[in-house]
Amino acid sequence: MDFTYDAEQVALRDAVRALVGKAYGDFENRRRVVAADPGFDAVLWHGLAEMGVLGLPFAEADGGSGAGPVEVAVVARELGRVLAPEPFLSSVVMAGGLVAAVGTDAQRAEVLGALSAGDRVLAFAHTEPGARWTAAAAAVSAIRRDDGWLVTGTKEPVGHGARADQLVVSAVLPDGGTGLFLVDGSATGLTRQGYPLVDGGRAALVTFEGTPAEPLGEPSDRSADIERVLAGARIIAANEALGAMEVALDTTVGYLGSRKQFGVTLSHFQALTFRAADMYVSLETTRSLVAWASMVLAEAPEQVIEAGSRVGLKVARAGRHIGLEAIQLHGGIGMTAEYSIGTYTAHLTALEQLYGNGHEHLGRLVATVGDHTEVDPLE
Amino acid sequence: MRLRLSDEDAAFRAQMREFFTTKVPRQIRDAVAARRHLTREQLVESQQVLNAAGLAVPHWPVEWGGRDWTQLQRHIWHEELQRAGVPPPLSFNANMVGPVIAAFGSQAQKERFLPPTASLDIWWSQGFSEPDAGSDLASLRTTAVRDGDEFVVNGQKTWTTLGQYGEWIFCLVRTDPDAPKKQMGISFLLIDMTTPGLQVRPIQLIDGGHEVNEVWFTDVRVPADNLVGELNHGWDYAKFLLGNERVGVAPVGASKRVLADAKGWARSVDLLGDPLVAARFAELENELLALELTALRVAANSADGKADPASSVLKLRGTQLQQDVSELAVDLAGPAGVASFGGDGSAAPEWVRMSTPVYLNLRKASIYSGSNEIQRQIIAKTILGL
Repeated sequence: MDFTYDAEQVALRDAVRALVGKAYGDFENRRRVVAADPGFDAVLWHGLAEMGVLGLPFAEADGGSGAGPVEVAVVARELGRVLAPEPFLSSVVMAGGLVAAVGTDAQRAEVLGALSAGDRVLAFAHTEPGARWTAAAAAVSAIRRDDGWLVTGTKEPVGHGARADQLVVSAVLPDGGTGLFLVDGSATGLTRQGYPLVDGGRAALVTFEGTPAEPLGEPSDRSADIERVLAGARIIAANEALGAMEVALDTTVGYLGSRKQFGVTLSHFQALTFRAADMYVSLETTRSLVAWASMVLAEAPEQVIEAGSRVGLKVARAGRHIGLEAIQLHGGIGMTAEYSIGTYTAHLTALEQLYGNGHEHLGRLVATVGDHTEVDPLE
Repeated sequence: MRLRLSDEDAAFRAQMREFFTTKVPRQIRDAVAARRHLTREQLVESQQVLNAAGLAVPHWPVEWGGRDWTQLQRHIWHEELQRAGVPPPLSFNANMVGPVIAAFGSQAQKERFLPPTASLDIWWSQGFSEPDAGSDLASLRTTAVRDGDEFVVNGQKTWTTLGQYGEWIFCLVRTDPDAPKKQMGISFLLIDMTTPGLQVRPIQLIDGGHEVNEVWFTDVRVPADNLVGELNHGWDYAKFLLGNERVGVAPVGASKRVLADAKGWARSVDLLGDPLVAARFAELENELLALELTALRVAANSADGKADPASSVLKLRGTQLQQDVSELAVDLAGPAGVASFGGDGSAAPEWVRMSTPVYLNLRKASIYSGSNEIQRQIIAKTILGL
């Protein structure tokens, strides 16, 4: 058992930290980038591609660099630390992950090659209005027409759905089950209304009206693949959240040590420092669970769905605790968009809602709580 | 990063599990599982079984019975011990006075005290806290005045856990009342509890039990040879003792065992399917998992054995969860939970009868060994730099 990064992972972390730090180390830069569409920095996106970051999870034969989930986790944590708004999670981890999981050899090479090179942004059009983190599609359907397929229905919110060059779309198959399809951004019958999220991220309402679509792999029920890739994305999202929490606590501690009231720094008030100590306890226990879930993703794929819920619940609890206390301990400045801390909390909230909130994951764990005597991370 | 234990550590774990579940008498482990207070005889027998196999004081120097294990192995040893319901070796002996004597005692003290301390042939009590020296331990007032070859001790210690069984007591005493700082005039003294002038008085606790005591000293004469280390350096040894442990700080294994048993209790009252109850189990399991992984992370990634401020995280969170699990048991017990002292004549099962006393008794966990507020202070100052 080893919770530490190896030398190459440390080098990757440092390289990514330097690159994204240059872009977003100054929070004002991030504000400027997210203020205009597409809501991220295309130059940085290509920088990440050149560093090999966008192809990390994909096989070399598919144009990637064949690294593992731990490397992907390392990157996500660094992006989280500076709230980098680039579509790494939605495009590389989620949509790319599905292409890698179910695409044909030709699809993987073509799509993942372009994604890894930074030439194509993907989006996963899956969530439907009113849906709550299900693996199945419900109201978007696919039909076979002549020698092709058409999809019809509405997806929302679709992360980076307006900017994406290509969409991975889940749709109900004629005989039931949820299939996966590729839809080109310029396809007929495709309408997209993009908007910013509360944390500066981007999503869209995406409507398909008889839109031509290409089956991703065989057009068969892919809900189990979606569930598995979603669980993996949850674990990567947890790493991103962890990075954000680390900086939220650091920022709060820095503020307590410098802000003066009543003639002394706030660090003189035990009512405040004790709350920071409790935030640290939340952070450290989260750090452990996130590391464990990342190792499960790398080494024990059969446990990924459970690990995704465990880390989802913990990150939801800790994200709220740390995020909300960070604002309160800052006072009024924490409410402003100009100062970073409130955006950290907004981002933690957005991640939680996109990848499954605490209520949802607790519900999933409740459903299986009677199936085991204890949880043993060493077995 | 690596998820699994190495083959060597996995084999070590299996070996520990095998030993604890087969060599320590069933009756003792059942008493732990039932959450009863153990008798003196049970605690002595259990520790002697461990000691005979070299498993009572693995963290001591090898010369005195230690095993030169890695921190991770020590962690596994401690978790498996708790999981099997084996009472941990008496902390006053194994974790407190033993390591202090081994590190700072004279050769004669080591030879005289360490073997019977490991085997629990001497039962040690701890004489640190006083009525006016709790979290602020350095303000202690029990005095030891040199008189020829002896010290004469006067004063009062309190919260002396299991002092009713104690044969010897290690005490912090004030030997220089004029020292410039209150920490500087303190010495570490070993006192035979049968010495005239020493009196142990019970303190009844809110769970109805007799677990702690007051110890009074009236002109108690102690041979000067029983001073550990240097005169007026006792505070250093106390800090060593209190900061000694990074393994076993959080009672993870014990809390997990009780939570697992509580699922059976919940089933027996048809409540495991209740969504509110199930949610508490799920939440506690997840938090205990996060804590266990934190304890593992601290153990697996430490080679030097130095005190780690992460110990404060483990203590704080570990005792919170221990208390939360005990609270869940009270809620499962229902009205019969008040039948605490009904004994076997009551229709209430033992787990129901034990639920409230244990819940009340465990309030101690966030108070002793540096209250949780002291732990927050350590985290804020030492880790966060506030």
